[in-house]
Amino acid sequence: MTELLLILLSAALVNNFVLVQFLGLCPFVGSSGRVETAVPMTLATMFVLSVAALGTYFVNRYLLVAFEVEYLRIIAFIVIIAATVQFTEMFVRAASPVLHRMLGIYLPLITTNCAVLGVTLIAVSEGLSLPRTLFLALGAGLGFGVAIVAFAALRERIADDAVPEPFRGPPLALVTVGFMALAFYGFKGLGG
Amino acid sequence: MNRFAQAAVARNPAAVQLLGLCPLLAVSNTVANALGLAIASTVVLTGSAVLVSAIRKLVPEDVRLPCFVLVIATFTTLVNLAMEAYAFDLYQRIALFVQIIVTNCMILARIEQVASKEGLGRTLLDALGTSAGFAAAILVLGAAREALTLGFPLAALPPGAFLVAGLLLAGVNVLGARRRRAREGATAARLPRA
Repeated sequence: MTELLLILLSAALVNNFVLVQFLGLCPFVGSSGRVETAVPMTLATMFVLSVAALGTYFVNRYLLVAFEVEYLRIIAFIVIIAATVQFTEMFVRAASPVLHRMLGIYLPLITTNCAVLGVTLIAVSEGLSLPRTLFLALGAGLGFGVAIVAFAALRERIADDAVPEPFRGPPLALVTVGFMALAFYGFKGLGG
Repeated sequence: MNRFAQAAVARNPAAVQLLGLCPLLAVSNTVANALGLAIASTVVLTGSAVLVSAIRKLVPEDVRLPCFVLVIATFTTLVNLAMEAYAFDLYQRIALFVQIIVTNCMILARIEQVASKEGLGRTLLDALGTSAGFAAAILVLGAAREALTLGFPLAALPPGAFLVAGLLLAGVNVLGARRRRAREGATAARLPRA
């Protein structure tokens, strides 16, 4: 159990997927304009991450490895992720039309969130067991959430400041993320 | 401006459109890694764009995105197998990001916007131009980080990637603004005489 918690903590903080491993930067920069959109985006991403991690675990083990076609891994995984996103969208639309409207375009775009493919590939290449894969996925989603909500809150404050012309927009966003990454770097050594 | 230069400079995928940030920041810690990823991305983008352009009239409108993703995934797989076979040392360092080329939004964007609509020649020029723009960005970032590491070790670490990229982008904006001003100045100087 402690080991599973360590995996969760490591993926969320020490090796934060966005700030330390550079995965999922597009939605991180794209949907961090306001805290209200950052939170539902995180929830949807976490859900897709977990389902896709489970799906790829079974497909890898019982199809790709069993029939010795591991070289099809990238193609198989991207199909599973796209299917998971499609399924999530149908499920969310049926379960909560309000949430579906709130997520809007962000939901289908999760397919091209490289953090999702990254988590599934890392889990398989390190040969993680099923519970470990699941906790890695949850930790990655949690880390994405922590980073994106903090960044959205920072951006809301910066939005009204008088920023020098050349730094307006993306450059300042990158520098801000840099300082956040520096702060997260302080978690290094936590939990060994 | 011709298509190649336009795709490489005016619409530079990294500096102007901010697409494909993940590999740009992650693999720019050294010039060698940056060059490896630039070549891999070029092969995937050019290969998939040309193939999509060739089959664009056969693909039904409704299922075009899944089709494009499968084409990109196929080329990504080919590049991965080739790199594993012929450049194993490099592949071991950047394997995850070579596999993740498949979710690079820069590639899907060029295919959806250009390859799925235009002929082979234009598609090829656009793909090569976009690749050159991406390669230039990642090589400049890689060179800057590797050089800065000598006196400023942070540059090689993840926070350094964001900081150096942000500063370089601000520098690009300064140059762009100066060129715009120079052009406007030249126009203004010509006006009274006219």
